[in-house]
Amino acid sequence: MITIASLVNGRPSRGFLSRLRSRRYAAYWMVLPLFALIVGLIVYPFVYSIYLSLENKAETKFVGLKNYAMLLRHGTFWLVVGNSFRFTLIAVFFKATLGLILAMILNNLPFRGQRIWRGVSLIPWVMPLALSSMGWWWVFEPTHSAINWLLVQFGGAAKPWLSDPFWARVSTIVTNIWYGTPFFMIMYLAGLKSIPQSLYEAAQIDGAKALQRFRYVTLPMLSKLIAITVMFSTIVTFANFDIVRVLTRGGPRYTTHLFGTYAFNVGIEAGHLPRGSAVALFMFPILGLAAFFILRNIARGEE
Amino acid sequence: MTGSLAARQKRKVRLSYLALVPFLVFFLFPLYWMLITSFKTDHEITSLKGIPLLIQSAPTLAHYKMILFKTEFVTWFWNSLLIAVVVTVLTMAIAILAAYAISRLTFLGSRYFGVGVFCTYLVPPALLFIPFYKVVGILGLLNTKWCLLFLYPTLTVPFCTWILIGYFAAIPRALDEAAFVDGATYIQMLTKVFLPVASPGLIAATMFAFTVSWAQFLYPLAYIYKTSEMMLTNGIYTTLIRGDVYFWGELMGGALLASVPVVILFAFLMDYYVAGLTRGTIR
Repeated sequence: MITIASLVNGRPSRGFLSRLRSRRYAAYWMVLPLFALIVGLIVYPFVYSIYLSLENKAETKFVGLKNYAMLLRHGTFWLVVGNSFRFTLIAVFFKATLGLILAMILNNLPFRGQRIWRGVSLIPWVMPLALSSMGWWWVFEPTHSAINWLLVQFGGAAKPWLSDPFWARVSTIVTNIWYGTPFFMIMYLAGLKSIPQSLYEAAQIDGAKALQRFRYVTLPMLSKLIAITVMFSTIVTFANFDIVRVLTRGGPRYTTHLFGTYAFNVGIEAGHLPRGSAVALFMFPILGLAAFFILRNIARGEE
Repeated sequence: MTGSLAARQKRKVRLSYLALVPFLVFFLFPLYWMLITSFKTDHEITSLKGIPLLIQSAPTLAHYKMILFKTEFVTWFWNSLLIAVVVTVLTMAIAILAAYAISRLTFLGSRYFGVGVFCTYLVPPALLFIPFYKVVGILGLLNTKWCLLFLYPTLTVPFCTWILIGYFAAIPRALDEAAFVDGATYIQMLTKVFLPVASPGLIAATMFAFTVSWAQFLYPLAYIYKTSEMMLTNGIYTTLIRGDVYFWGELMGGALLASVPVVILFAFLMDYYVAGLTRGTIR
């Protein structure tokens, strides 16, 4: 991977460029808008949210870590922590697994079919998530919707999809799997294509069965890509807002809230901006850790 | 496992198609369900008789008529389009210049700048929307669509810059040396050499910026309450759901209509996008 690696440990070649020192000033002007954007609209708001999280509700008094302490003592907050981890771990696991299976299926198809079905499989990921979540909301509607009707037809029992904590969690996770599996598929499919065919041929000559070829050729060749994609998806899934907001609004009784939706609930809807900030900031160490692993993986892959 | 190689190959393809079916059912079912709901009469939607998976009575366009003529859907559509287009143009201007400088011109800190860009891409809206609430308020942009013009670039610029760095860095240096010897300025070099050569990357980045802007939900939901200023995402969500009365037909029709532009975009340009997304990580 050229991009990140050349940034992390590459160094632009000397010679031609070093003759042109004046270029440096041009370069400063060219990165200035990006720099201003990052500092003004990402770093500054981030630092400001830390400051904000240390104030009282009316934002008139500095209260130190009280907002954080309140959250940590609150059962609801721990429910949100548990939900966020459960939602992320389960959804990412299924997305990564189903994405790999789907990529291998598509990789077996002849060129034309592969192109068409890859495109169709990408639709869930292409569609704006807030809008497709409205579709899922209707799918999970208990009395008039098709899914309970199907369950009953096949001899099962109708489920209270969005009003029971367990099924509401299942619903949000299923929607996330639906949305994210195509992303894994597209990454894996590109990875599968980069594996030299000769490796499979060699394995076949050595008498490796299909499962062994998968275990000893495909998986090791994809391991770095799998790691990066999983970390990437972990960040996006962990910070998801749209699905839970549309499907359950965090209910029933906070049992499906994630950090993002709970921060919205506390900060915007209940009007306690400082405490909402504190909720959102709890995400940061986890996201930072995932980002660290991605960067390390990418940098290491280049050595 | 007997038979000729060709026969085995054929069997493998057939099995693969068979295995693909459950995935397609899963992926397409909600869309099918939305589509048929949007053409059903209200009576049929709430009826408990018959097979809900089919349109049984005569299909109706009533929901689409209501969306287009009795709600502000068309206004939201233009709002979404305006914001997405302006944000995309802004994004590309910032990202192209920055990626060009980072990939070609050495300057103090250019090595770390790229890493910084990557890290900011990983800062999600769910982390920043509360401080932005204050910032938007102070700027007097609460309840207007204009606040999105400076919020969306925080989501689009880092990733677009990152994609473009990859494409620019892959351009052989001999090419810019040749241009430089011919007396080209930096800007000429950018417009005459870099942009044409990296055009697949430009398409990928443009698509990314547009689709992210089009799909964003949290920011408009948090800052815009006036119907005439809304985007499609929060407009459909907040006005078609009123208390316990759900306008399912309108809701589904609206959600589908609002998705059409990005789906069309992908139908034609998907390959560029996929290449832009995967080329960074593969290799």
